[in-house]
Amino acid sequence: MTRLIGVELHQLVRSRRTWVTILLIDLLPTIVAVLLAVTDIGPRPGSGPAFLSAVLTDGTLFPLAAMAIVLPLFLPIAVAIQAGDAIAGEAQQGTLRYLLVRPVGRTRLLLAKLVSVMAFVLLTLAIVAATAYVVGVLLLGNGDIGQTTTVSGTALSQQQLIGRTFLALGYALLCMLGVAAIALFLSTVVDSPLGAAMGTMAVLVASTLLLTLDAADSIAAYLPTRYWLAFVDLFRDPILWRDVLRGVLLQVVYVVVFLGAAWANFMTKDVTD
Amino acid sequence: MTAITTQGLTKRYGAITAVDGIDLDVREGDVYGFLGANGSGKTTTVRMLLGLVLATSGTAEVLGRPMPKAGAEVLPQVGALVEAPAAYPRLSGRANLRVHDALGKGRRSGRAGRVDDVLDRVGLGGVDERPVAAYSLGMRQRLGLAHALLHQPRLLVLDEPTNGLDPQGIREIRGLLLELNAAGTTIFLSSHLLAEVEQIATRVGVLDRGRLVVEEQLDVLRQPTGRTYVSTPDVARARALLDGQVESYDESSLLVRVPDVAALNARLVQGGVRVSVLAPEQHTLEDVVLEATTASSDRFERA
Repeated sequence: MTRLIGVELHQLVRSRRTWVTILLIDLLPTIVAVLLAVTDIGPRPGSGPAFLSAVLTDGTLFPLAAMAIVLPLFLPIAVAIQAGDAIAGEAQQGTLRYLLVRPVGRTRLLLAKLVSVMAFVLLTLAIVAATAYVVGVLLLGNGDIGQTTTVSGTALSQQQLIGRTFLALGYALLCMLGVAAIALFLSTVVDSPLGAAMGTMAVLVASTLLLTLDAADSIAAYLPTRYWLAFVDLFRDPILWRDVLRGVLLQVVYVVVFLGAAWANFMTKDVTD
Repeated sequence: MTAITTQGLTKRYGAITAVDGIDLDVREGDVYGFLGANGSGKTTTVRMLLGLVLATSGTAEVLGRPMPKAGAEVLPQVGALVEAPAAYPRLSGRANLRVHDALGKGRRSGRAGRVDDVLDRVGLGGVDERPVAAYSLGMRQRLGLAHALLHQPRLLVLDEPTNGLDPQGIREIRGLLLELNAAGTTIFLSSHLLAEVEQIATRVGVLDRGRLVVEEQLDVLRQPTGRTYVSTPDVARARALLDGQVESYDESSLLVRVPDVAALNARLVQGGVRVSVLAPEQHTLEDVVLEATTASSDRFERA
């Protein structure tokens, strides 16, 4: 199993697509930081991406703002493409059958692909956060050291900030695991990696769209994207756990259901391509 | 010891029966030619043997163990080329083989040696680091064979292994397969090329529309027909001499049914017939296959 994961990770970091995708994702928050620094016009508090109004006074908060920028759209698209490619891509290339007769067990292959996708998410978030920190401090300055303010306006110690940032990172990873599970399932169903990625994006777009519709209120709590941005609540004082916990529960259900479906489908699938 | 046995192996896709209750019997040490027209079910059978496609009914045993259940024990001893070869296009051939060596049971030490060894065997020993995307069809086919040979399999399952190779390449691969077979590797060779199978197989199975219609040792199938082919410029004189024994003739040859070819020769020479060729006629694999199978399965006649 570790060998298989090793091979998958090796393929991941060797692939040009990985780095181009990360670069493109990384570009968006950087552009935002440059614009903010040049114009000094922040969104009014309460509107626009989370934390953005706060970063004008404190650049060290910019990694969190960057996360809030890439999480709703850019990162899920990248995850849908990566995970959608996992099985369907190997099948389209013809390499799936040769992996399976090597033999690589089907369950193991599925797990290794999932690990690789999550490694990609972690790598992307790490790079986005690191870039955002550097860009934030350089362009927007670092307010009072050790005196970060929460969204609620109270002060946050450096230690608290680090702890909560890791919590937020874990939460974002779980949300992306939910996306990966859906894409991985579709990847075992359709023959084209593009189809699997587009299908996943369709689910996410539909979910986002329904969330804006009052008539969909009754199902809103079950839509996959409903609690994605709840990690902002981790930076309130005190932490507002309600949405975060609901979000965790919802994502766990999505992950279990779709990974289960992916596994069941892949185990009984005729590999004919 | 049998290498492959199946009992009533069947695969249905909806209303279509791709493989219809076949009972294969491949013995260890065989070069087994698995013949059939395109679409007769060869590839589906191969995929079922390798656990890629799950049978609708029936059982398959490979190297004495049930497939696909015992795949984890069986497959490391099997090398396979299933339809077209496939590799990661951005990696070089060597890098592709390294990936597969790592996924198999190969330890890191000796990996380069094993990879170089199989590359040498298939004639790609001197290949550079260009990505597989830049390989020719023949090079890809050779690389596919190298994949199959990694980890010294006891059984080679090859589907159309000479696809895309030029005549020298085909001959080279034939030599390689015979060499491997002599060293004890069982070879299951699926092909629609009769001539290719006829040159190398010891045993053949013929598939027709999903059914196994022939399974026999090749030399039994190619037994003499009891007729003798005579080529001569004196056809008329020969016919007069052999009245009643000539089954057919044209302007330069005859087919004669006689029990003793030597006596026939003496008689023709004594009768003043000039003989340029005298040969006992044998069944060809083509005769056997055409007799056993129905119309080509990629033909669709108007009803």
